[in-house]
Amino acid sequence: MKIIYLDNNATTRIAPEVVEEMLPYLTDRYGNPSSMHTFGGHIHRKIEDAREKVAALINAEPDEIIFTSCGTESDNTALASAVESQPRKRHIVTTRVEHPAVMNFCHHLARKGYRVTFLPVDRQGQMEMGTLLKMLDDDIAIASIMYANNETGVIFPIERICGAMKERGILFHTDAVQAAGKIPIDVKKVPVDMLTISGHKLHAAKGVGALFVRKGTRFHPYIRGGHQERGRRAGTENVASIIGLGRAARLAHRYLYEESSYLSGLRDRLESGLLKSCPDASVNGDRQSRLPNTFNISFAFIEGEAILLRLNEYGICASSGSACTSGSLEPSHVLRAMGVPYTAVHGSIRFSLSRYTTEQDIDAVLSVMPGIIRELRELSPFGRDALTCRTDCANE
Amino acid sequence: MWDYSDKVKEAFLHPKNVGEIADADAVGEVGSIICGDALKLFLKIDKKTDRILDARFQTFGCASAIASSSALTELVKGRTLDEALKISNHDIAQYLGGLPDQKMHCSVLGREALEAAIANYRGKPPMREEAESVVCKCFDVSEEKLRKVAMENHLTTVEEITNFTKAGGGCGECIPKIEAILQDVWSLIPSEKPPRPKRMTNLQKIALIEEIIESEIRPGLQADGGDVELIDIEGSNVSIALRGMCTGCLMADVTIKGIQSKLRELVSNDLVVEAIQ
Repeated sequence: MKIIYLDNNATTRIAPEVVEEMLPYLTDRYGNPSSMHTFGGHIHRKIEDAREKVAALINAEPDEIIFTSCGTESDNTALASAVESQPRKRHIVTTRVEHPAVMNFCHHLARKGYRVTFLPVDRQGQMEMGTLLKMLDDDIAIASIMYANNETGVIFPIERICGAMKERGILFHTDAVQAAGKIPIDVKKVPVDMLTISGHKLHAAKGVGALFVRKGTRFHPYIRGGHQERGRRAGTENVASIIGLGRAARLAHRYLYEESSYLSGLRDRLESGLLKSCPDASVNGDRQSRLPNTFNISFAFIEGEAILLRLNEYGICASSGSACTSGSLEPSHVLRAMGVPYTAVHGSIRFSLSRYTTEQDIDAVLSVMPGIIRELRELSPFGRDALTCRTDCANE
Repeated sequence: MWDYSDKVKEAFLHPKNVGEIADADAVGEVGSIICGDALKLFLKIDKKTDRILDARFQTFGCASAIASSSALTELVKGRTLDEALKISNHDIAQYLGGLPDQKMHCSVLGREALEAAIANYRGKPPMREEAESVVCKCFDVSEEKLRKVAMENHLTTVEEITNFTKAGGGCGECIPKIEAILQDVWSLIPSEKPPRPKRMTNLQKIALIEEIIESEIRPGLQADGGDVELIDIEGSNVSIALRGMCTGCLMADVTIKGIQSKLRELVSNDLVVEAIQ
């Protein structure tokens, strides 16, 4: 069966160009970049080459890029470095919709006695700037606010948020794992202090990430040991993956604008097609400010895992914010923070596209989805009538 | 992806007995849309023989909830009410070739719907009474249900309780209460009680904790430049102080949890380790 992969915010296919670039470093060129001999030294130059390409993607300087093992490590490193380098500051600011890589580290800091503010979002998943401005004080060690949300694709106004932080001299980190390579990021224009990138979300391999640390930012390494990454991240480099990440960053950078309009075109077709063919469906998230490849749609009265497994029968891969798919028993923290009603949270499906998505893929989803939704609704005890009745009863 | 058996997949993709029975003799409704699964069971019953002539369902929920509902209706058809009441959640899971641990609550949902429908038919008040005390507020689970499910399925840990009832899987606030209920349930039935190490005197316990810290815990910490000192033991509370590199270490919480689980494993599983300055 042909796989129709529409779960690219979970992970992406490694670009064939990236594989080609990586292969020699998984076979013949196995040297250690820290070695003195040419066999290893050559690899050191390839890593610096990758660093330049990753830097170019966000308009940074190459020595502002630290390679890590993943997005989570980059996020953890940024937060840990901030608190360690400013021991007197005891307040952390973040949002209620962050990825667990930031959110759970903040919970960890809260248990250690830090005051952590989790900023709310509005019904569209958008930042409430007024609330944010009111929270700012001199005790803040770091504010960490994601660039774009993984579940809804909503893009935060990072330039404005960052401006407010800089006015008060607050250290600012952003998790740009979903944004990097999908929308233009320019750290010369947006003065973030630290920014997280993950390889496997932009067609590089799993197990590699990067952290941008602006020159002049006080930094404490999270992993200590050898002198790799100029002493800022110890451990022998994941050579092939880093070289692959360089190539992936270059590809994303070069085709950013074409890809963006291609993706939003396909995405909009899928979105409007589903809204038209499936009753009681609604889109979650700010459609005015959203990643070009992502959309999150709720089908009322039915449950997301059931939808996913029916889609799975057709080889269609997507994901859901329902409790049953989360591994825990709680449905999506992002949709709940937005105040999406439970009936819609449980029936939420995220589709995320990539440059490898085709029109035929979109057509395939559009052709099977109405049937799946109808069948599952026939199974469900809830429906428009049932719910209306309940509200009426409650009102009496 | 859950590891569903072929029978679960089949029952999910092609469920049997879907829909309403317009003139049903009994209806049982359990769960809610907020909890993420809900089941409505309809029964047609022969009034003379008490035999279930037809059973249909409507379910809001994941694949295993739908499969469990389908299995339930297949299992009850043709049985008398008393026979049907003997069907346990375990029977439903078994009919489906087993359910993943975290999905056992779906089979419990089926069993509850059956009880609710039969109670409805017999004109008994709904299972839930005002006096019942809710333990898990996130998923609205009562103490009575926890006790019942724990006994029927021989559950001894909070994790198992969560798999079967969801209780404790939300905010986690009720976990101490669940622990207390479990302890109480198993102290009532001594023969079913899970094996515990035999009781130690306080002196023996203190000596053992000291020995474990000295031989099992300190060497590991010292290798990383850290250390730990045993300060006091009061009942099941063990006070320790982290020293060296462990002081102010970002991972201190993890270290303390690690020490606690080591002591629970080797000494007594009611120990609580706390760090003091």
